[in-house]
Amino acid sequence: MTDHIAISGAAPILGVDQVSVVLSGRRILDQVSFDVGAGEFTGLIGPNGAGKTTLLRVILGLQRPSGGDIRVLGQRRSPRHQPIGYVPQKVLLDPDMPMRARDLVALGADGDRYGLRLPSRQRNEAVREMLHAVDADRFADARIGTLSGGEQQRVLIAQALISRPRLLLLDEPLANLDLRSSQEVVRLLARIAREQQIAVLLSAHEMNPLLPVLDRVVYLARGRAAAGPASEVITTETLSTLYGHHVEVLHVHGRVLVVAGEAEPAELPKAGTD
Amino acid sequence: MHAIYNAIFEPGFFSSSQVHVAATIGGLVALVSAVTGVFTVMRGQSFGGHALGDVSAAGGAGALLVGLSPVIGFVGLGIVGAGVMDMIGVRRLRGRDLATGIVLGTAIGLSALFLHLTTTRSATTGAVQQVLFGSIYATPPGTIPIVVALSVVALGALAVVSRPLLLATVSPDIAAARGVAVRMVGLLYMLALAISVGLSSLAIGAILSTALLIGPPAAALRVAKRTSRAIGLACLFGVAATWIGILLAYDSYYWGTAHQALPVSFFVVAIVFVGYLATGLTGARTAGRTAAPTAAPAAAIGRDEMAA
Repeated sequence: MTDHIAISGAAPILGVDQVSVVLSGRRILDQVSFDVGAGEFTGLIGPNGAGKTTLLRVILGLQRPSGGDIRVLGQRRSPRHQPIGYVPQKVLLDPDMPMRARDLVALGADGDRYGLRLPSRQRNEAVREMLHAVDADRFADARIGTLSGGEQQRVLIAQALISRPRLLLLDEPLANLDLRSSQEVVRLLARIAREQQIAVLLSAHEMNPLLPVLDRVVYLARGRAAAGPASEVITTETLSTLYGHHVEVLHVHGRVLVVAGEAEPAELPKAGTD
Repeated sequence: MHAIYNAIFEPGFFSSSQVHVAATIGGLVALVSAVTGVFTVMRGQSFGGHALGDVSAAGGAGALLVGLSPVIGFVGLGIVGAGVMDMIGVRRLRGRDLATGIVLGTAIGLSALFLHLTTTRSATTGAVQQVLFGSIYATPPGTIPIVVALSVVALGALAVVSRPLLLATVSPDIAAARGVAVRMVGLLYMLALAISVGLSSLAIGAILSTALLIGPPAAALRVAKRTSRAIGLACLFGVAATWIGILLAYDSYYWGTAHQALPVSFFVVAIVFVGYLATGLTGARTAGRTAAPTAAPAAAIGRDEMAA
């Protein structure tokens, strides 16, 4: 992809190296490191307030890290022309907004350009293909604000993908979806990562809908991260080290639960928040 | 047939130069307001638009006080007000409400002072009416070039930032991640908003300017599914309301025996209100269909002669 060659073969799509963020004296991220390769579906898992959104904003170049390095396709991030697709956490789409699903996807293609838009058959075709790829043909002409949460999420993903990024970031895309919609979105993302060889990094505080399809997990707790295959990261030992106190990873009825274990008396308040 | 025509267009309407000036300025103002207003409604900044109207009032009153054309004061102070509102926190939603409220209060206080000074010093009782409720029939033809120039600036700014502005309206985060200078785009939009409100203050008055800014776009949003259609419909509706308002105000001179013309602003605002209600009845499902009344006849036709 690029001429840049990392020490061990091809450069990963995303390289996060020792990234720290300190905001008004509070350490939000503490030397977080991990890589995401092409075609990999990675879950950024952690409790609320663990720093997931901050980390995504650092990768996008919207937040300056206090230390460390972000590389996208082996190159230092430049705020513009980054090949990153982004679906943020809160996109409030009013039902009155005069914009069809199709129009929002078109904005993903050229919303950063200045001047009036000229008609383009090529762009219309690209928009139609993208809507088809996320299975949104059915409601392509509906007002975006009138769609269900899952449908909006699919359109937002199409919006993020139409500029052909190599890296797709999604901030809590499953937060407000019912079980079925969230399974659909997860399956869609896994397919896109595989078929288009895009690196997908998705944040979530609830990992169970994701575990069957995730290639890798980046678990974030107290600003620190552990990365690797889920079977290696979601363990009592790794997570206890990360949280700084004992937590238990339980497998119950095919679901994985992380519960605070017996804490030292001094650790009690912290254990309670987790 | 002829009698009906004469009842709609009272004698001298098309030949009056005052009508020509009013229709030209009114048409331009309605266009600029409609285009800007669609973004204002989509961005949920109606309150900000209203506050800028109050800032405009202070500017217009100040300009009258020192003997300048009110349009300079309307637009000039509007732009300053927009800048101040941006500075003290338009970006955060809560900060935006507070900033708007604070600027609004200050502006009304200034208007009170300037209007008091103007009316007591020069005994022109028309100043209050002119600033607050508009004076399109009393606007000198020499104002037209300024109005044209300001309209071009506002529409030009919106044309340049249209796509990034829409993207930032949907989600500032997505826009910023795409490398859009969200702050700069927002400032250019505020410039267009300030100009639009200032021009509208000239036409239908500072405190009524919101009606032309919000009314036609709000009606258009009820029926249009696409932004471009919403803008087109809002323009059609806004210009029609303004021109019909100008016609009715002209005709009202011949109604009854008092021979007292009623204010244009009243008619424009009333038509906008009725249009908004009407689009509400047709419902949002009839997307794409025109709900605006048919465009008023081109008022630019005619000869140069003063109306009675």
